[in-house]
Amino acid sequence: MQEVEKIVNGKDLFKRPEYAEVLANKKQFESSMLAINPAKVEEIAEWTKSWDYREKNLAREAITVNPAKACQPLGAVMVALGFEGTMPYVHGSHGCVAYFRSYFTKHFKEPTPCVSDSMTEDAAVFGGLVNMKEGLKNCAAVYKPKMIAVSTTCMAEVIGDDLMAFITSAKEEDGGEFLPAEYPIPYAHTPSFVGSHITGYDNMMHGIMSQLTEGNKGETKQRINIIPGFETYIGSLRSVKSIVEAFGTDYIMLGDHSDQWDMPAGNYEMFQGGTKIEDAKDCINSSATISLQKYATSKTMKMVEKRWKHAGGFSNPIGLKGTDEFVMKLAELTGTEVPQKLKTERGRLVDAMQDSYPYMHGKKFAIWGDPDFLLGVVSFLLEMGAEPTHVLCHNAPNGWEAEMRALLDTSPAKDSLNVWAGKDLWAMRSLLFTEPVDFMIGNSYGKELMRDTGTPLIYIGFPIFDRHHLHRYSISGYDGALNLLTWITNKVLDQLDEDTKGIATTDYFFDLVR
Amino acid sequence: MGPETLEAKQKAAIEEILKAYPEKAAKNREKHLGVGSPNDENQKTCGDVRSNKKTVPGVMSQRGCAYAGSKGVVWGPVKDMIHISHGPIGCGQYSRAGRRNYYIGVTGVDTFVTMNFCTDFQENNIVFGGDKKLGIAIDEIDSLFPLNNGITVQSECPIGLIGDDIGAVAKVKAKELHKTIVPVNCEGFRGVSQSLGHHIANDTVRDYIFEGDLSHIDTTDVTATEYDVAIIGDYNIGGDTWSSRILLEEMGLRVVAQWSGDATLKEMALTPKVKLNLLHCYRSMNYISRHMEKEFGIPWIEYNFFGPSQTIKSLRKIAAFFDESIQAKCEEVIAKYQPMIDAVIAKYKPRLEGKQVMLFVGGLRPRHVIGAYEDLGMEVIGTGYEFAHDDDYKRTKEEIFRSTVIYDDVNEYELEAFVKKLQPDLVASGIKEKYVFQKMGLPYRQMHSWDYSGPYHGYDGFAIFAQDMDLAINSPVWAHSKAPWEKEG
Repeated sequence: MQEVEKIVNGKDLFKRPEYAEVLANKKQFESSMLAINPAKVEEIAEWTKSWDYREKNLAREAITVNPAKACQPLGAVMVALGFEGTMPYVHGSHGCVAYFRSYFTKHFKEPTPCVSDSMTEDAAVFGGLVNMKEGLKNCAAVYKPKMIAVSTTCMAEVIGDDLMAFITSAKEEDGGEFLPAEYPIPYAHTPSFVGSHITGYDNMMHGIMSQLTEGNKGETKQRINIIPGFETYIGSLRSVKSIVEAFGTDYIMLGDHSDQWDMPAGNYEMFQGGTKIEDAKDCINSSATISLQKYATSKTMKMVEKRWKHAGGFSNPIGLKGTDEFVMKLAELTGTEVPQKLKTERGRLVDAMQDSYPYMHGKKFAIWGDPDFLLGVVSFLLEMGAEPTHVLCHNAPNGWEAEMRALLDTSPAKDSLNVWAGKDLWAMRSLLFTEPVDFMIGNSYGKELMRDTGTPLIYIGFPIFDRHHLHRYSISGYDGALNLLTWITNKVLDQLDEDTKGIATTDYFFDLVR
Repeated sequence: MGPETLEAKQKAAIEEILKAYPEKAAKNREKHLGVGSPNDENQKTCGDVRSNKKTVPGVMSQRGCAYAGSKGVVWGPVKDMIHISHGPIGCGQYSRAGRRNYYIGVTGVDTFVTMNFCTDFQENNIVFGGDKKLGIAIDEIDSLFPLNNGITVQSECPIGLIGDDIGAVAKVKAKELHKTIVPVNCEGFRGVSQSLGHHIANDTVRDYIFEGDLSHIDTTDVTATEYDVAIIGDYNIGGDTWSSRILLEEMGLRVVAQWSGDATLKEMALTPKVKLNLLHCYRSMNYISRHMEKEFGIPWIEYNFFGPSQTIKSLRKIAAFFDESIQAKCEEVIAKYQPMIDAVIAKYKPRLEGKQVMLFVGGLRPRHVIGAYEDLGMEVIGTGYEFAHDDDYKRTKEEIFRSTVIYDDVNEYELEAFVKKLQPDLVASGIKEKYVFQKMGLPYRQMHSWDYSGPYHGYDGFAIFAQDMDLAINSPVWAHSKAPWEKEG
């Protein structure tokens, strides 16, 4: 029974003897093997750690277990929330939208506005035109967004709804009461059974950029477009802007959700910050476009390079080298020297790397995440002399595996470094048991791997549900690299203390100064 | 003119809120909003609201889908079975391990609740069908997770649209593997909310557990007794079922099964022999309770273990079904916990008395938790359900204490507007709404996940509930919203 002076929740309540009895008593009715034959559980648990299990596990072709990717519309919702006053609108069932909203909200600890047009069985039979007509009208009337960005769920894609026709006919029927002809309603088809959330990001960004700029081609302006990609680090968006601003150049960040998912307390406004619609309409007239995530923007950048003929290209500003390349690209595009501010920041980062290198050098890491994130962070690990033993990308697009392999081949330890494209986190579990590493870098889904394998987890990635505020920091630019360095080094030091804290056994190495 | 009554304020708020909608939407939403008064004979449902209808498109409903109701609620917590999210990758990923269905087991070896199994549909599966892939997936699962006692196939939207026959695949594989394999057609577009998913899942329990081949599960070692009961519709969120179970056992009953938090197939298989089904979440499991009544003659009663007033009432109601020895023990249990509960209330009531609360949740909570707040002297002035039916709103009439604004399938705009107009001291709802209200400086508690605390059921749970509500309302952080330079003027 609870003691009123010390009320405990489930963490400690169920450790009490009366609850131990309840749980033990329950076992007689259970069919899970732990209740029937714990030795058998032990036997199978051991088998799952073996090379034999690993071979079977890695040979799976039909069942995905503990994935490290999500579906297209999630990325489309992120794009929409990076534009001024824009409501993400998902054509399909509202269950999907409940999921997108809660997923982002659990990560950012921020509200995530997004509507759907609640398609149900009749829409599955007759198509979702009626839902679209009503949905756009209601959304415009109730939330008064400056723009509505429409994406789709797999249901709408399977039945083949035609977004362009639907939007046109919704506007026509409304007759301008809520949806004037010029009201921007860009759209993108985002089927969940193709690619992953980064594909959806690409499709929605392509939709907004191509549709908003239609007929707006004018004189080219000395101005750089920056497309961040599926960026979940709010601080990274700010670091990138600060680097570009240091060059004093005009720029447009296309899809800037840094204010939307980092609202100050005090009052609630549904939309905050974001790329100005006016700027988005004019982005075709910039002289250059830089995408910070190659694999999250391949379709968009093809349009920008082939049709818009913009200079720029890809640059991934994670880690020292990545940031150097980004800075040099900006220097080249603006025709100016690297500003002193950035030179100083770089010097400080390198100084810090030289202070901490002994703790990361030679340490083995397993890491997973999105393809561009991995290229950046793995590059940084190599810059520190670390060994990324297992690099796993569940949503690896074509070309990524070869690019990652080439990067790993620059390491002296290259023969022991592995790329795992298209594999899930249950595969990672086998890799960790058979070829162990010192640390893991990944998202909250690594938590069960940490529990099962004992490998310490450094929380860097998306989604992170069970650690607070990390997404507010930057992992891009020189300051972002310093954050990576700090998080990783201090986790190595925490673990060193953990490993040496044995009183009168190992604590001679429990040094005060490291 | 006297001060404006609560009821008048509530009615005015509804009127004002409806003005923002286009005509058709306003007409629709008007039927879902109302003001309820306690035990009002004239009202058909609480506030006379309409429910379980299609959501108005484009308004940011908080509702989920049938898949969420089946995989996320009913089937997902069954721990010794593997639940496949059948279709594209998203649904299983977004819903993974979010509901806090606690269980004991070695995850990935003999239990699987927090994991995510998915057939990860690609374009070719949509074009050529996914039945073959499903068959291989089931084989792979059985070889890599040999201690699973069964598999459920939770259909995502495309399955029902492309003409796959998961029932046929399940049938073949169940025979081959000699295990329970349950095909569930809970595609997200079915019905108007999670609710149909509950119903569909209940029906598959009937068809594949009660009427299926369970010869691979040995139930012969359990002999039925006169005091066997099953807990139905408790998902063990944060350990709720455990803190309920302890009370039933203390009063001499034997809890044979939990549905479905921390459940195993064997417990479900044993349920048709119990004497009484105890139904907590009526909405999600009334179907299977009615079925067991009809088929096996097992009566069921609804109970409420939120807050001492309702808990005591429920314990006595349950005991009344059994003999005097149980009834006597029931009184002993009540007496045993009373001093603790008195002390909890003495400690927290002065800190919470008169604080007003607005709720918006799913299942049973929009009515069941009212009593727990009222036990602490708090006043619930608004409540509503994501996916309730008429019978839920009828039951709500008996639970409210005062004029209460009732909002069915409330959307983001309406809830925000109601809160701004009625100015409660605490909002208690889900994760999607949480930060909206916290931005406004309003204390907030998630009432789906207990905000990562709990359990809230039973006597021990109530103490945690009281402590958490105090934590939320009396935290110093809310006073920081306004900067010191803003305080003047």
